[in-house]
Amino acid sequence: MAAREMTCKELVELVTDYLEDALSPAERARFEAHLGRCDGCTNYLDQMRRTIALSGQLTEESIALRVQEELLQVFQDWKKGRQP
Amino acid sequence: MTAPSHPPDDSSATIPPGAPAVVASADDLQTVEALRRGDEAAFVRLVDAYQAFMLRMALLFVQDRAVAEEVVQEAWVGVLRGLARFEGRSSLKTWIFRILTNGAKTRGQREGRSIPFSLLGDVDLDPEGPSVDPDRFLPADHPKEPHHWVSFPRSWGEVPEERLLAQETLSIVRAAIESLPPAQREVIRLRDVEGWPSGEVCNVLGISESNQRVLLHRARSKVRRALERYFDEEE
Repeated sequence: MAAREMTCKELVELVTDYLEDALSPAERARFEAHLGRCDGCTNYLDQMRRTIALSGQLTEESIALRVQEELLQVFQDWKKGRQP
Repeated sequence: MTAPSHPPDDSSATIPPGAPAVVASADDLQTVEALRRGDEAAFVRLVDAYQAFMLRMALLFVQDRAVAEEVVQEAWVGVLRGLARFEGRSSLKTWIFRILTNGAKTRGQREGRSIPFSLLGDVDLDPEGPSVDPDRFLPADHPKEPHHWVSFPRSWGEVPEERLLAQETLSIVRAAIESLPPAQREVIRLRDVEGWPSGEVCNVLGISESNQRVLLHRARSKVRRALERYFDEEE
């Protein structure tokens, strides 16, 4: 059975499902068949991959020293409290 | 400071429907062993890894930052007290965050705050436009190529590496993530910024795999759009 061709507009909504390996085998085949003949969507997928990689370059804000010290105190109190 | 009454043991794991069960890893069990021995460095590593996210989670339930900090600190006390009962039936992360959200919910309810957090589990309440501006595509009745690109997204392979990784580019990414609705923001932070596996994110946020994918997709699509605008306007 010849599945209807995927359009670019459909493909952009399925990129995360594709990257998360959540497409059915048939959808995946349509997705990849479209990529094979569409430079625009190939670029789009690459942009999404680079977007993900860039997010991975961000670092979390570091914890305030005051909070760190308070939590160490919590830990030490716990340690002391459970000793016989 | 009041301690949470009874930190849950990990046997009564409430896994949201559609979320995978994740049990403790060998790393988790080692960390728990180290904590039980009273290893301070192991505790510091755990705090470094989760504190920022725990605070953001707490802020979904309570308004005041100082109160949220207190809720997080109480959660750590709960974690330490509950260690003896941890059996590895859920991951350490999931267990820690269950303690946190239980405490935060209780506190939020006491303050009479309605819980926006339930939105995390209900993607349909948060309808959104498409991932890409519809004007970028040819109309449905186009004779040759309906719903194909009017003009192709450009290849970022041509963007010089030093520009792609510049601080300014990263600040665009950061700002785009900051401006997302809370559920999308948390999902993209955990998955793409912090690199948590999908199952852990579902457990901690209490959402199904499919809801997580929807939120992640919306978030990534918006960050991509912000980057595209930025790269294009510099031409």
